[in-house]
Amino acid sequence: MLSFLTAFIPRAIVQGIPLLYGSTGEIVTQKSGNLNLGIPGVMYVGAISGVIGSFFYERSVGGNVNGFLAIFIPMLCCLIGSLLMGLLFCFLTVTLRANQNVTGLAMTTFGVGFGNFFGGSLIKLSGADVPSIALSATSNCFSKSLPFAASLGGFGKVFLSYGFLAYLAIVIAFVCSYVLNKTRTGLHLRAVGENPNTADAAGIDVIRYKYMATCIGCMIAGLGGLYYVMDYACGVWSNDAFGDRGWLAIALVIFTIWRPNVGVLASFLFGGLYILYLYIPTGMEHMEYQELYKMIPYVVTLVVLVITSMRSKRENQPPQSLGLPYFREER
Amino acid sequence: MERIAAVTLKDITKTFGKVIANDNVNMSIYKGEILAILGENGSGKTTLMNMLSGIYYPDNGQIFINGKEELIASPKDALKLGIGMVHQHFKLIDVFSATENIILGLEGKLNVKEASARIKEICDKYGFDVDPDKKIYDMTVSEKQTVEIVKVLYRGADILILDEPTAVLTPQETEKLFAVLRNMREDGKAIVIITHKMHEVQSLSDRVAVLRKGQYVGDMATKETTVQEMTDMMVGRSVALNIERPDPVNPKPRIVVDKLTVRSEDGIIKLKDVSFTANSGEILGIAGISGCGQKELLEAICGLQPVENGSIEYINDDESREQLIGRDPRQISEMGVSLSFVPEDRLGMGLVGNMDITNNMMLRSFRNGSRFFTDRKTPRGLAEKVVDKLEVSTPSIETPVRRLSGGNVQKVLVGREISSAPTVLLTAYAVRGLDINSSYTIYDLINQQKKQGVAVVFVGEDLDVLLEISDRILVLCAGEVSGIVDGRIADKNEIGMMMTKIGGADNE
Amino acid sequence: MNDKKREPLFHIVKRDALSFKTAFAIRAIAIIIALIICGIITMITTGISPIEVYKSIIVGAFGSVRKTWVTLQNISILLIISLALTPAFKMRFWNIGGEGQVLIGGLASAACMICLADKLPNAIVIICMIISSILAGAIWGLIPALFKAKWNTNETLSTLMMNYIATQLVAFYTIVWEVPKGSGKIGIINQDSNIGWLPQIFSSKYLLSIIVAILVTAFMYVYLNYSRHGYEVTVVGESENTAKYVGIKVEKVIVRTMVLSGAVCGLVGLLLVGGINHTITTTIAGGQGFTAVLVSWMAKFNPITMVLSSFLIVFMNRGASEISTNFGLNQSYSDILTGIILFFIIGCEFFIRYTLMKNHNNKTVKEGK
Repeated sequence: MLSFLTAFIPRAIVQGIPLLYGSTGEIVTQKSGNLNLGIPGVMYVGAISGVIGSFFYERSVGGNVNGFLAIFIPMLCCLIGSLLMGLLFCFLTVTLRANQNVTGLAMTTFGVGFGNFFGGSLIKLSGADVPSIALSATSNCFSKSLPFAASLGGFGKVFLSYGFLAYLAIVIAFVCSYVLNKTRTGLHLRAVGENPNTADAAGIDVIRYKYMATCIGCMIAGLGGLYYVMDYACGVWSNDAFGDRGWLAIALVIFTIWRPNVGVLASFLFGGLYILYLYIPTGMEHMEYQELYKMIPYVVTLVVLVITSMRSKRENQPPQSLGLPYFREER
Repeated sequence: MERIAAVTLKDITKTFGKVIANDNVNMSIYKGEILAILGENGSGKTTLMNMLSGIYYPDNGQIFINGKEELIASPKDALKLGIGMVHQHFKLIDVFSATENIILGLEGKLNVKEASARIKEICDKYGFDVDPDKKIYDMTVSEKQTVEIVKVLYRGADILILDEPTAVLTPQETEKLFAVLRNMREDGKAIVIITHKMHEVQSLSDRVAVLRKGQYVGDMATKETTVQEMTDMMVGRSVALNIERPDPVNPKPRIVVDKLTVRSEDGIIKLKDVSFTANSGEILGIAGISGCGQKELLEAICGLQPVENGSIEYINDDESREQLIGRDPRQISEMGVSLSFVPEDRLGMGLVGNMDITNNMMLRSFRNGSRFFTDRKTPRGLAEKVVDKLEVSTPSIETPVRRLSGGNVQKVLVGREISSAPTVLLTAYAVRGLDINSSYTIYDLINQQKKQGVAVVFVGEDLDVLLEISDRILVLCAGEVSGIVDGRIADKNEIGMMMTKIGGADNE
Repeated sequence: MNDKKREPLFHIVKRDALSFKTAFAIRAIAIIIALIICGIITMITTGISPIEVYKSIIVGAFGSVRKTWVTLQNISILLIISLALTPAFKMRFWNIGGEGQVLIGGLASAACMICLADKLPNAIVIICMIISSILAGAIWGLIPALFKAKWNTNETLSTLMMNYIATQLVAFYTIVWEVPKGSGKIGIINQDSNIGWLPQIFSSKYLLSIIVAILVTAFMYVYLNYSRHGYEVTVVGESENTAKYVGIKVEKVIVRTMVLSGAVCGLVGLLLVGGINHTITTTIAGGQGFTAVLVSWMAKFNPITMVLSSFLIVFMNRGASEISTNFGLNQSYSDILTGIILFFIIGCEFFIRYTLMKNHNNKTVKEGK
């Protein structure tokens, strides 16, 4: 049993980390009242931007990578890529007051296409015969865990065997949780999401908060894409491999009832559910049940969504102005 | 002592589309003075003050604060200049606690405990009663207002604007509020109170400024003026209302309400043991401070409000009785009860703002015609008739009603509601926000209905109007009937007393 | 924070009604700018002249008889899904579950094709397929509608989850029915007997979807504009309070409308499985459930304009994939171009609804026109 857990938990966690990034980013965004359905696209863009950065860096140095630059360049590219997506979303929905659902879906179309297009182009550029590119040198820097982790047995495996981005995800989640609940910035941000008119009257710069929250949220989510490709996938980019994790991250937002700290455990749970099918013995005869197990996260999220709306406890509802544009002189 | 102008407005103009809300307004607000801004609904009082508090930005004109020209582009700018406004519609966040709401928008490190302590201090000083940790959604209306006022006090505003603060308060609460405001005046603060209640102007203010149709009419010291003079300035000319009041012809009980109790969704009693009879061919006025059960009463009769207890019976011409409780509006009309309702929220309930006049006429008739298709001809005919007969000024009947002015919107709504030849007509604040001419059109329409034998229930806020139009007046106070009086002999003071005190004169 | 006290140059004012022509012109300009930008990007990535770019796009969509038919068929499918979602949107119910509703409809028809093929005659199988796919789609629409009606559950999120539940169900049955075992896919169903294959009209395999699309367009147009139900949908969407005031049962309208929405999506599943692909995969809807949201919104929920907006999307899509095939780019190229066009269309709505007013310089009040 213990050996099963030490094998299962780390895999669940590495599955959960991209979701955690995505959901933390989306929570921050949604707390400002912006429902960004473009998060799946943002995560793709974040991932591919990182890949592009690291691809050209690796090519330029020809294998002798400097550990710091190998991490710094992809991360910077990833953050810039996702920031631009965030700015695009804000410009359309906040400045131009476009419908958020529509904008988000268009961004997902664009972002996934962007990721796959440049992924595909890089694959061609690298002249590989398989439809993927491997950035193993960069990936090694990203997935480096503490050197003594392996010597600590089960404990080391469960707690210390991950690359730094995994720990960063947890730190970001807790920081976001703290900022949202315990600081003035968080109070103002929540006010903007609940009732922008009130926030505005209280002298809070609604537009600025919406821009900041959405852009920061997108950057956090973008890191999830970067983690996926650099650490989880060992630096191998293949088109569409990221799959529907972006949507699962949005599901996680609801599942955690807009709480990033809960998101830490919940993302591991989702990660576990995502790979649970590998551990439930179905036998070769009944591979199909695996597909049903994969359904569990979505069903659970739907149930949570329904239950919270049934109980209609005020604290557990989505931010009140979620999805609505704000115009001060509306009359 | 020389008066120091805290605020001076110069040539302020603000338009919304084609509507001029404020037209070249010039005025000053002085320190150590309570200024009442008086004006009818829609005269631009709130818009003007909203420009001072940064909600709106003026199209034209200058604002001077303490003698220096300032640009107030946002509420933040306003707060920095020491301007605080308590809005009529509370600007509070439901899921936050009182403290969180009060410190919202301030800067510096967040320390809820310290803030709570300071709030307690302010409350003790002025005699407010607020639980800093209580969530807004758990609060009553007056508690919410208290939070709003404490919020402004907490910020140490020098210029305090209150937009119709007493509309939701009990007389005791109003007195308390006034006491606080007087204290603040002694502190040297400039206080502006927007109101249309004369007695408040008289009992509280030092100076009164009057707005009419967006224009600044003038100001005068309260002591040196009379109610008559203020009214004249407010409405432009001295008006004796002179609303027609024909004698009821052959009144017979039409709606009998017995021991009606209604509880709101959050469990608050909205109506308690309300009993009365509305007769055909008669106007029953309903008086009361706003929000003390009028809305619930009318909605309960129409089948829009779940009822906890009691009965509402409709009496047919042949004296047979039908219970209305437990039926929705559609079932009520299918029973053959022709009941019309002009709700308070015209564009949010009575009409659909984005639909044109024809489509709005269809709201009552779309079920007629074939099973699948709607009949469009009849409503179009009706739309043309209403536009023509009630002189609705509109570019065409294809114009969305939200683009019409308030008076025209109401004409469309009332026109539709009376077109079905109702036996009962319920109206809520039928002339709110309307100019004098439109108001008289509406009074005439209502009186016509009365003459045709319709039982009219007229919920109003202006006691003068109620006293002139109603045959009988039912006075509500906090959801209970405090009396029913004869509209021909009752006087205003008596009703005013009953509105604020349960169990007043009971001379049915 | 810096304390700059500068007056903003502009402030934003809501427009009065804009004439149809002006609104149309604004949209047209936005699309043209988007097309120019797409052309420039293509020029940079492929190095061909801009004229070549646009030529390739047109060739891709209408270059041959077959291409034209495929384009028309694709337009039809996207159009039907968009039409299906429209009544829900008019009700302000954000049904982004089109994807799942299509999939589940497709699954239902595939089930009939596979399980009933050797038991019932072809005609009956097809009837079963029609009924079951419509029913399945309707149920997929009904579930979130019930939650919304009863507990006001956020429909954007619940329909989104329903998509993935449908996807996994399809994945499950794909393996149950896989041919051959272990291949992970179903392959062409009833390839020899053609049982359950929807009939070809005038011996064209493309025409059926096109005819269905025309019928659905006409139906939706009449339903939304001239029927009692359509009127109720509009009232509920505009104001629930008004709906209650005139005795419309809001819950009932929500449920009824979503059942219709899901049913029409289910019908698309039938067309995709029974008429076009004769197989089912988890990606058979190909994201069109999401694209349809954009198509419907771009057309301002008007069924007739929707023909144009779905044409635009499919046209760009086909054109871009022509370019990517010719120049060895990746198929995702079309998503990028579609995305760019969408951003422009989304952005231009602002200029239709609002106008910028210069501060202080103009004293006169600007009229809406």
